[in-house]
Amino acid sequence: MPSEFDDVQAMLPLPPATFHILLALTNDVRHGYAIIQDVETRTNGELRLSAGTLYRSVARMVEQGLIAEVAKRRTAADDERRRYYRITPFGTTVARAEMRRLTDLVRLAHASGLKPRPA
Amino acid sequence: MRFYRALLRLYPESFRADYAAELARTFEENVRHRGRFGAMVAAVADVVPNALAVHWAILLQDLRFTARTLNGSRGFAIAAVLITALGVGANTATFSVADFVLLRPLPFKDPNAIVRLCEGPRDGSGWGCMNELSPANFRNAATDTRSFEGWGAFTGASVNMVGSGEPVRIGGYRVTAQLFPVLGVPPMIGRTFDTTQAGAADAASLVLSWGLWQTQFGGDQQVLGKTLRLDGVPYSVIGVMPRTFQFPDEGAQLWMPLIFRDDDYSDRGDTYIHAVGRLKNGVTFEQGRADLAAVFDRLARDFPETNAETGFSYFRQRDFVLPQFRLMLLALTGASLCMLLLTCANIANLLLARAASRERELAVRASLGAGRDRLVRQMLTESVVLAVMGAVAGVVAAALAMPLLSRLVPPTMPLASVPVLDIRVFAIAAVFALLTGLGFGLLPAIRVGGTTGFEALREGARGGGRRQRLRSTLVALEVAVSVMLLVSSGLLIRAVLRVQAIDPGFTSDGVLTLRTALPSPKYDSAAPRAVFYDRVLSQVRALPGVEQAAYTSGLPMVLTGGIAGVVVPGYPEQNRRRDGVSFRLISEDFFDALRIPLKMGRDLEENDTPDRQLVAVVSESFVEHYWPGQDPIGRTFEVRAQSRTVVGVVADIKVRGLERSNEPQVYIPARQPPDDGLGGLYVPKDLVIRAPGQGLALLPAVREIIRTADVEQPVSSVRMMSAVLEGQTETRTAQLRVLGALAILALLLAGVGIHGLLAFTVAQRGREIGVRLALGAQPSLVARMVVSEAARLTILGIVPGLIGAWAAARAMRALLFGIPPEDPLTIVAAAALCLATAMLGALRPAIRAARVNPISALKAD
Repeated sequence: MPSEFDDVQAMLPLPPATFHILLALTNDVRHGYAIIQDVETRTNGELRLSAGTLYRSVARMVEQGLIAEVAKRRTAADDERRRYYRITPFGTTVARAEMRRLTDLVRLAHASGLKPRPA
Repeated sequence: MRFYRALLRLYPESFRADYAAELARTFEENVRHRGRFGAMVAAVADVVPNALAVHWAILLQDLRFTARTLNGSRGFAIAAVLITALGVGANTATFSVADFVLLRPLPFKDPNAIVRLCEGPRDGSGWGCMNELSPANFRNAATDTRSFEGWGAFTGASVNMVGSGEPVRIGGYRVTAQLFPVLGVPPMIGRTFDTTQAGAADAASLVLSWGLWQTQFGGDQQVLGKTLRLDGVPYSVIGVMPRTFQFPDEGAQLWMPLIFRDDDYSDRGDTYIHAVGRLKNGVTFEQGRADLAAVFDRLARDFPETNAETGFSYFRQRDFVLPQFRLMLLALTGASLCMLLLTCANIANLLLARAASRERELAVRASLGAGRDRLVRQMLTESVVLAVMGAVAGVVAAALAMPLLSRLVPPTMPLASVPVLDIRVFAIAAVFALLTGLGFGLLPAIRVGGTTGFEALREGARGGGRRQRLRSTLVALEVAVSVMLLVSSGLLIRAVLRVQAIDPGFTSDGVLTLRTALPSPKYDSAAPRAVFYDRVLSQVRALPGVEQAAYTSGLPMVLTGGIAGVVVPGYPEQNRRRDGVSFRLISEDFFDALRIPLKMGRDLEENDTPDRQLVAVVSESFVEHYWPGQDPIGRTFEVRAQSRTVVGVVADIKVRGLERSNEPQVYIPARQPPDDGLGGLYVPKDLVIRAPGQGLALLPAVREIIRTADVEQPVSSVRMMSAVLEGQTETRTAQLRVLGALAILALLLAGVGIHGLLAFTVAQRGREIGVRLALGAQPSLVARMVVSEAARLTILGIVPGLIGAWAAARAMRALLFGIPPEDPLTIVAAAALCLATAMLGALRPAIRAARVNPISALKAD
């Protein structure tokens, strides 16, 4: 019987789009277009997910159990016709694991004496 | 917006159902930000790759799911793969042979323009090459017609080759220089014969086949100019043909020039050449025929003494396949298509049964939100996976069956004898696999998709009546197809037995034969030949175990020609073509060696020498034809310009073959050859040795005897006479094996189909059976219900199967050797076999039905 640890490890490394979508949903419930905007803002316009990429990722992530659709609107401000998504506990675990993986990687890079070029 | 909605159709339906609205909304936002045009361009670049990716992801998911489910029901998966393999394999193999023989272009330039010409009956009847041409008639055909680009002529010229090792007999042809340009195949090395200067310069040249170049010269590139001694005469190599060039048949190992001298044209009745021509561009085959007809009409008028009865036979090289071969290949193709039908029916049945047993699972998935298209797609993926696995197994099976099937390639074709599995064949296999996979995966898939979830859940495991009917129809169809194949094979078996039962007129057991073809000019006169024969025969007869030994100019069923005309006093002038006799020169003891019974008079004797009365022994049919009811002994007739006296009468033999009509036979002593010399055909060359129980063990001693008689004399065509006789039915036997194998497979599939259906029915109706048993029905009655259902299905299949079989048998009547298509024995046997198989298939389900425990059956739901 595979443990949860195995399930998480099987997800890594996450495709960048997936990781960004998880980050966008970490603290908030959002609809698709809001996710695109959030990713764009967060990356200072460097990453703009196309609608196709977004929904393909969303479809897969729902199936993988990383995110889930929110059944009911939470506030009156929410658009009635939109579909909203939230991160699942499993999604949070996976996002953390990916973060750890990336941190370890950066630490290794530092240890080898590599310095990032000043932006 | 309409544009974007259309674009979204690229996504699978299930994805669209979930996300189309969201995507459309995002597109609207994009239009606001980027303007209509920019948004549209971005949308195309976005949707196309992503839609493909979604499809791919679903495919992977379905494949994973398929792997899981098939792994979970391995029996089903193995059965489906094996059944598909049978259908695809049978069809792939049959197609490759049929394609090879009937469809594929011959390895010549523009092969459809290549035609063959022979002499034939004046009325145009008969098929194929009835008679060779005379050089004079050939010359008229070549020069007096306008439809042809050119004509080549050829004649068989096997030669003895004395090279480095043992002397060997080599199959060669003499060909006119024009032959190679007419076929349009350039040599691989060197050149072919010179067409410009009557070819005289090339009189001692030869062109090698690829095979002989390899065996004799080890594929040496520097072969040009080297010499080979053929029948004692040196020939120098001027060219090597490519490997694919096999003309006129695969026995051609070398080509020597055929050069006509003026006196070769003097006798129009002297027929020994074959002709091959090439139609001019834009001239049709039929125009060519009309052109030739005019020439032969004129020849018949101008030279009535030789040409009055002489017509021509004209056909495309492509069609130089005996009609029996063509018919048999078509029959096999038909049988294979039947197998495909059977395969499809069986697979469809398997999938239907599976679909029924998975109905609740699917209904549950549907009610949990899986779209109908996803379920259908999932099932299709499953059947295509099965079909592909089956196809791979099928192609492997076809490759294994190839050696057997290659025996179906007619030996008269200018082709290498083994068909190959190539890209065309694989393409066909793929098509067959797709047909089985898609066509019959689709049917159950649609039915599943069509059942609404609730209905299926409510229906429980009882299954719909309509689906049951469909499955019964499929099983009946399987029975029908197997009946057709069984009856066809049965009729062919009867035909083979009937052919084998024909008395050849001689006894072949314990007879060893071999050929010592005495070359010209060394053995042109009778005296040196007599020395050779006497020496060999006396020593062979002295070998332990040898009862008789004799020489003949041709073995029965091997030399089928060798026809001479006779003039019988008191009989009107004969036509050589119509009233010919099979003319043989033999040594004494020939009749004893082959156990041909002497009916009257005496055998030929050692003292039938040229200085004594010229004698002959004739067969009974000769006597019946010319002197019915009279004593033939002492009567005379003329053959090859000599008058001969009949001294004996022997029984007739099947000299041309078991299935052919045979001329009366005339035998003359080898010691009294005709004055006009002997063509190679009539020179005694086949040694017949009766030594019961010795088989081939005698061969080394015989070879040694021949080597001491003439060290340069090769021995060829070593075979047992019984093998010659078996060869008469070899093609039939090969065909029968293939068709018989298909019939047995079909029967097995039908049996499996019946078993599957009944087992499933019993499982599904367990509850009903339980109720019946609980209400007091006898278990034997329940079992009988199952068995009678099997009988009903079988009879439903047998009736249309017999009608189909009758139609098929009528179509292949030419192969049946007089067995009527409605042969009762075959029909009854086939039907009984089918019924027995059905009963066998019903056995286990019947027992299971009788053992149903009413209590657990009722509790189950």
